[in-house]
Amino acid sequence: MNAANYLYLSALLFTIGAVGVVLRRNAIVVFMCVELMLNAANLSFVTFSRINGDLNGQVVAFFTMVVAACEVVVGLAIIVTIYRSRRSASVDDASLLKR
Amino acid sequence: MMISNSLVYLIALPLAGAAILLLAGRRSDKWGHLLATALSASSFFVGLYQLSLMLGRPSEQRPVGQKLFEWISVGTFNIDAGLLLDQLSICFVLLITGVGTLIHIYSISYMSHDPDRRRFFAFLNLFIAAMLLLVLGDSYLNLYVGWEGVGLASYLLIGFWNQKPAYATASKKAFIMNRVGDMGLSFAIMIAFATMGTVSFTGVKAAAEQTSTAALTGIGIMLLVAATGKSAQFPLQAWLGDAMAGPTPVSALIHAATMVTAGVYLITRSNFIFDAAPTAQLLVVIVGAITLMFGALIGTAKDDIKKALAASTMSQIGYMILGAGLGPVGYAFAIMHLLTHGFFKAGMFLGAGSVMHGMNDEVNMRKYGALRKFMPITFVTFGLGYLAILGVPPFAGFYSKDMIIETAFNSGGIKGIILGSVTLLGAGITAFYMTRVMILTFTGTSRWDEEAHPHESPWLMWLPMAILAVGSVTSGYLLSHGNALVNWLSPLFESHGEHEELLSPIVVSALALAMVAIGVAVAFMKYSRNEVEAVAPTDVSIFTTIARQDLMQDHFNEAVFMRPGQVLTDVLVKTDEVVIDGAVRGIGRAALGSGASLRGLQNGFVRSYAALIFIGALALIAAIWVVVQ
Repeated sequence: MNAANYLYLSALLFTIGAVGVVLRRNAIVVFMCVELMLNAANLSFVTFSRINGDLNGQVVAFFTMVVAACEVVVGLAIIVTIYRSRRSASVDDASLLKR
Repeated sequence: MMISNSLVYLIALPLAGAAILLLAGRRSDKWGHLLATALSASSFFVGLYQLSLMLGRPSEQRPVGQKLFEWISVGTFNIDAGLLLDQLSICFVLLITGVGTLIHIYSISYMSHDPDRRRFFAFLNLFIAAMLLLVLGDSYLNLYVGWEGVGLASYLLIGFWNQKPAYATASKKAFIMNRVGDMGLSFAIMIAFATMGTVSFTGVKAAAEQTSTAALTGIGIMLLVAATGKSAQFPLQAWLGDAMAGPTPVSALIHAATMVTAGVYLITRSNFIFDAAPTAQLLVVIVGAITLMFGALIGTAKDDIKKALAASTMSQIGYMILGAGLGPVGYAFAIMHLLTHGFFKAGMFLGAGSVMHGMNDEVNMRKYGALRKFMPITFVTFGLGYLAILGVPPFAGFYSKDMIIETAFNSGGIKGIILGSVTLLGAGITAFYMTRVMILTFTGTSRWDEEAHPHESPWLMWLPMAILAVGSVTSGYLLSHGNALVNWLSPLFESHGEHEELLSPIVVSALALAMVAIGVAVAFMKYSRNEVEAVAPTDVSIFTTIARQDLMQDHFNEAVFMRPGQVLTDVLVKTDEVVIDGAVRGIGRAALGSGASLRGLQNGFVRSYAALIFIGALALIAAIWVVVQ
């Protein structure tokens, strides 16, 4: 199977994630889109690892997963806290840093 | 030159007085005036001692010098702060300290009711010290220090009662107009240094022979500008009338006897420059002639006794400047008139102060009248000064003024006839306005305000007046007896050959006396036979109106210098505001505006930040792609 197809899929997933981050208001969905982008990147790494025939890309993918796991822990905690204090998970409502 | 280590005391004593009185402040209120008077007197005695030493030496050894300290030493350019006492300076030293001490004594009583009397005496001592430095400095630069010092003292004393805004303005006017003249002196020093490389009197005198006439003329004209400023000569004369805002002893000492004669000193001291620069010398004569008529004409219209005397001072200094401009034949007579004038004009100013003292500080002569009976001593001393300024023999002015008139007539050609006529006419007008002052003040009927109670002044005031009156009577005879002053000063000036005589002395005296008689007669006709109005009449001729307004000198200065100056400063202020401030503020506004518009990007919405990050990343990738391609 042509390796380039994996890259196309990766690009597609990344774009879907990016568009979701920009367009969706719900923090949980935005978060999931971020995860989608990370995984799109992972897919690229693994694909390039396969193409180049070494393990560097596979190793980086593991690192990404670890980082993503940490990010989920911290991010979900923040989202839950925001939801508790503001009764809303909309990212547009949390625009207080402007002032 | 001989060295004397005691010259410095002449200046140090009054300077110490000023320092003590100013630093001790109110603590010295009780004894400050006595200390100041004593120090001024001791300076006078040092001067007398120096004179006695000087008289004991042959004429070429008479000048003495003292080096105080090394002042400026740059490469080959060395200036020492040094003093020089020669036959010319000693005349001034004795005049300044002598008349100065008398006026100190007078002021003890005159200023006794003033809460700031101590400060007044401190300034008087400061003036004496500065004026002595002016006449004792051995270079133009040292002279310049004293020159500025007397300007400062004059400013402080004119504005002594500066709680009155008009007086404060008068002091500023005097200071600023003097500043114009001071600029002339500094230019003269600069030209002298640039062309001759030295500024000491002896150095300049030696170098003058090898210097081009153009440079000497430049120096001479600049020195003349300096003299016109300090001596209230045309065209920088307008400050003197307003300077009468100061206490009367100040008017007597600074604005009649000493400081205003500094210009005459400067020109006489620089005789070697003016003798070698005929154009500058001619200008000196012209300035003197214009001013002597100018002052005399103003004097005829003034009702304020002090301003009438101030106009007279201006006119008499015009005589001196004219005398000094006549070259070697005239210097000694200019100095002689300066000395006699120092006596009689200071005496008359003190007399005016005495009248004011008895009349609740009224200065308007139209509110005087018949004071002869109430102030006999003032009347007699003032009257002797009056006879002296008129030039009635054998009073002082007869000797000094007639000499100037005679020298003017004999200066040759059409110039001599013009100058002689001007001085002669000036003598007539002088007689007119001084007689007017006498009649309005001392004779006729009383026109006092109701609350006036004229009385004779205490002895502390009339004693100095009496001594000055004695000087007014005798000084002319003493100075001219056997050509005493001329011979005394002759080693300083180039010897002059015999000049042809247009008019003999006896004819000149007769003409002058005739003019004086006419002036006195006209004044009697006008003021003694008719009743004088207590309020100045307003339906007067255009000439009187102009003369009352000081011959439009202030209008001229305002129209020609002040208004254009104001326009210029307005333009500069506007330029500063629009161009320079505009540039600075524009930079600030640009930063502010760009910040305000960029701030819109910081809207607080996470999603827009994310979008910007994506756009940025895309732009970066695109840029890298372009570069790599």
